[in-house]
Amino acid sequence: MKFLCVDCDRQMTFEERALPGDGTLAATFKCPKCGRVMALLTNPMETQLVSSLGVEIGGRTVPAQPLETVRKMVTTGRDDAFEDGKRETGNVGWSSDAQERLARVPNFVRGMVKRIYIDYARERGITEITPAIMDSARSELGLEGM
Amino acid sequence: MPPPLHIRTYHELTEADRSGLGEQVGAQHRRVAERLAPVHRVVAVMSGKGGVGKSFVTALLARALARAGRRVGALDADLNGPTLARLLDARGPLAVTAGGVEPVAGTDGVRCVSMAHLLEDGKPLAFKGPGSDAFIWRGALEAAALRELLGDVTWGALDMLLVDLPPGVARLHELLDLLPAPPDVLAVTIATVESADAVRRALNAARERGARLLGVIENMAGPQFPGDAGDTLSREFAIPLLARIPFNPGDAMWQTLGERL
Repeated sequence: MKFLCVDCDRQMTFEERALPGDGTLAATFKCPKCGRVMALLTNPMETQLVSSLGVEIGGRTVPAQPLETVRKMVTTGRDDAFEDGKRETGNVGWSSDAQERLARVPNFVRGMVKRIYIDYARERGITEITPAIMDSARSELGLEGM
Repeated sequence: MPPPLHIRTYHELTEADRSGLGEQVGAQHRRVAERLAPVHRVVAVMSGKGGVGKSFVTALLARALARAGRRVGALDADLNGPTLARLLDARGPLAVTAGGVEPVAGTDGVRCVSMAHLLEDGKPLAFKGPGSDAFIWRGALEAAALRELLGDVTWGALDMLLVDLPPGVARLHELLDLLPAPPDVLAVTIATVESADAVRRALNAARERGARLLGVIENMAGPQFPGDAGDTLSREFAIPLLARIPFNPGDAMWQTLGERL
């Protein structure tokens, strides 16, 4: 999928992506010559097709996680499917509010989401994950679908 | 009538593309290839026909090979009707490490991963997504799940990875698309002419895609299922009839079969 600014004969570049939460996706592209911006809006079925391929419009924001598509997309996963405790966590801690929020994530996907937040914090020198940090990570990394 | 549109085509646009969807798909294929690089041989156990005992054959064959000292993995590619984990008594949970998901050691040390490790007991494989027109995307999600079971599991160095395929040929095609090279194929049938019809189609599909046909196994041999499907398919495809397995076969049968692969 590519976008061409016909007037400028230039390939438009990806700008940003948003998942509003209703199953749709919005992505904007900009002409590097004239600055014109256009939006790609997909319906839930089109969004699902892209998700099904395990690819992300705009490029990956976090490295691929083990069984990522299965953990994100399966709704009948068992709570005790995974033991996620064997990975390095560094010095990153969790505030009680953040722990409560994390506990509301289904267990099937929780370990993977927790890992993504920890990696986000470690890369930025953050020692305590709070709900605000979780919001920042979700926004910056495009985790709206998790 | 509007004038024809004179614009560059997709392949003529070669500027850097941040989405890189093609590159993302390429990375998925590389991940599978790298993961399976230490696996000496991938063998797909297929039939085309349901209810002939593919999973049973896969499990008992895997155990016999393991008892003979081979390092064996068993991937349950029947995502909607997984049984291999129970047949191998391979119990979760699956440990997640930085390198991936570790397979579970089942009976005789066979390393196994199955959708049964992931699904709630008694629940079908169900996905998030718009309820209408799910047939459009469900196949892609199942293929993605198979890709992850191949590429995200730390199979390690194996002499053989047995892939237990569901009935039909759809998952075989997905497997062929995902693997860096076609797998060897072991066909399981029962003796009936109906089974021969279905397995013939599956064998032709595998051969057309470049898979090496190792042979055919006639399972549940005996008066309950009259016919000569094993011999017929062996003759038609010029492949060996590796075994004719009766109901309640003994360990020696599996050991002999393992030695013939």
